[in-house]
Amino acid sequence: MKIEIAGHDAFIVYFADETSAKVSALIQAAVNNLNVQMAEILVDLVPSYASLLVIYDINICDHFEALKRLKLALSDLNTVGTVSGELIILPVYYSIESGPDLSVIAEQANLSIEAVIDIHQQGEYRVYAIGFAPGFAYLGEVDPRIAAPRLTTPRLKVPRGAVAIADRQTAVYPAPSPGGWNLIGLCPTRMFDADKTPTMPVQVGDRVQFKAINYDEFVSLGGELGTEL
Amino acid sequence: MSHFFVKQPGLLTLIQDRGRFGAHNLGLTNGGPLDPLAFDWANRLLGNQINDTCLEVSFGGLTLESQIDSSFAITGAEVSCKVNGKVIEQWRSYAIKKNDLLEFGYTTAGVRAYLAVSGGFKVPPSFGSSATVVREKVGGLNGDKLQTGDELPCAPGSTERCLSVAEADRPQYGNQAILRVVLGYQQLSFETVQKHKFFNSHYKVTDRSDRMGFRLEGEAIHTDMVGMLSEGICHGAIQIPADGQPIVLMNDRQTIGGYPKIGSVIPIDTAKLAQLQPGSSIKFEEISLEDAHNIHTLHQFRYQNSTTLNH
Repeated sequence: MKIEIAGHDAFIVYFADETSAKVSALIQAAVNNLNVQMAEILVDLVPSYASLLVIYDINICDHFEALKRLKLALSDLNTVGTVSGELIILPVYYSIESGPDLSVIAEQANLSIEAVIDIHQQGEYRVYAIGFAPGFAYLGEVDPRIAAPRLTTPRLKVPRGAVAIADRQTAVYPAPSPGGWNLIGLCPTRMFDADKTPTMPVQVGDRVQFKAINYDEFVSLGGELGTEL
Repeated sequence: MSHFFVKQPGLLTLIQDRGRFGAHNLGLTNGGPLDPLAFDWANRLLGNQINDTCLEVSFGGLTLESQIDSSFAITGAEVSCKVNGKVIEQWRSYAIKKNDLLEFGYTTAGVRAYLAVSGGFKVPPSFGSSATVVREKVGGLNGDKLQTGDELPCAPGSTERCLSVAEADRPQYGNQAILRVVLGYQQLSFETVQKHKFFNSHYKVTDRSDRMGFRLEGEAIHTDMVGMLSEGICHGAIQIPADGQPIVLMNDRQTIGGYPKIGSVIPIDTAKLAQLQPGSSIKFEEISLEDAHNIHTLHQFRYQNSTTLNH
């Protein structure tokens, strides 16, 4: 573990060079500790793949104190309870209609479309980071057989709920946006809802599994087929 | 509650408080005023709270009609302003009456002007803040910049107030700035010669600069780093993409990203950067973390000890 300066009011903690379930658990434990032990001087935290950005309030605390307290809080990380994280099941309507890139991935992988769907469902993914857009959770890692590079030309509009793959990452688009990931299905669960508590069904450190549903189930869960896939 | 009516929204006028903090875990960025120094003065001229909601008027062009008796102040970028056709000064507070027309021309020095009203605009917070981030569709009125016909809610305020900022405390907006940088993040992966280039070259502000980041143009900086994991980006961080042209990340930046960063510009200087028009020239200067804290504390001290003048 090493700590670097990020900015005049921020340190960044690097836990490892690579990401893994163990590293993710350590970061989650650090988040828990800092939220308790540094609460009154903490402005924000950004956990990511193998690092944690810690922003503190320089109006009430200087970097000497912030660093001292950060080191102390990192000295006794307890990963019991964070190794596994919460398990969240997200329903997905996989189909050619809802996942226009399924056939491309199947072709590249020399697999049937059904096999691609099966492999995506068999995975258990970690929420490694949330960013890019509100509610956008980066999930890893996708089975290398169905890992697919980003599109050469990103789509101008990806619908809300689109389940997508880019390299060994997968995600559910929380809102309509441009996007270059490969689309394989639609998830009716809202990934970001400002009017709901909690706002997101997942947080960094959680585990996610996808479960195939049919069109009727998708509709009954509030899903809608977009027209602009 | 009464309001100000938006007759013309201007090019980019945004509802802003000091920003949204503590919501990075949801992927939400900060928003807030690009020039918090001018923003703070606007609120102070009205005796407002530090986090009261103002308008950030970029480039000008805004016209409002008051539906209320209150007072207001305009700070920041130089812009000609009129009430009912009569020219008024910036950096001082004025009374405004129901049906008065407040018009902004276009900025002539600097880019961002700030309009505060007595008691602040009463915009309901989302995720703890009224700050508008258009990219996220969060904050303000429906997460968007001002539109013709918008109503900006506010409460009636005192019309007695008439304060101004001392001449010596008013910033001058030019076309160059020195940006002080605390080295950090991947700075060790930049060789000494690259750092020399970075701190000894002049960079130009390009027109591809916005509330997310300011893209600069000049001597390219290189690092041998290949591939890095995405990580949290703090305000002012200087990203060096593959083309070597620095990008200073501002209030509406994405919260995580995977480009190498050499360090971060201190906020007093990102405020200066935000007031520079495309084509302006900047230079980076290395300072220690201790210097950065010292500069911040001294600024706070001076600001709190400066006095406003009565008229």
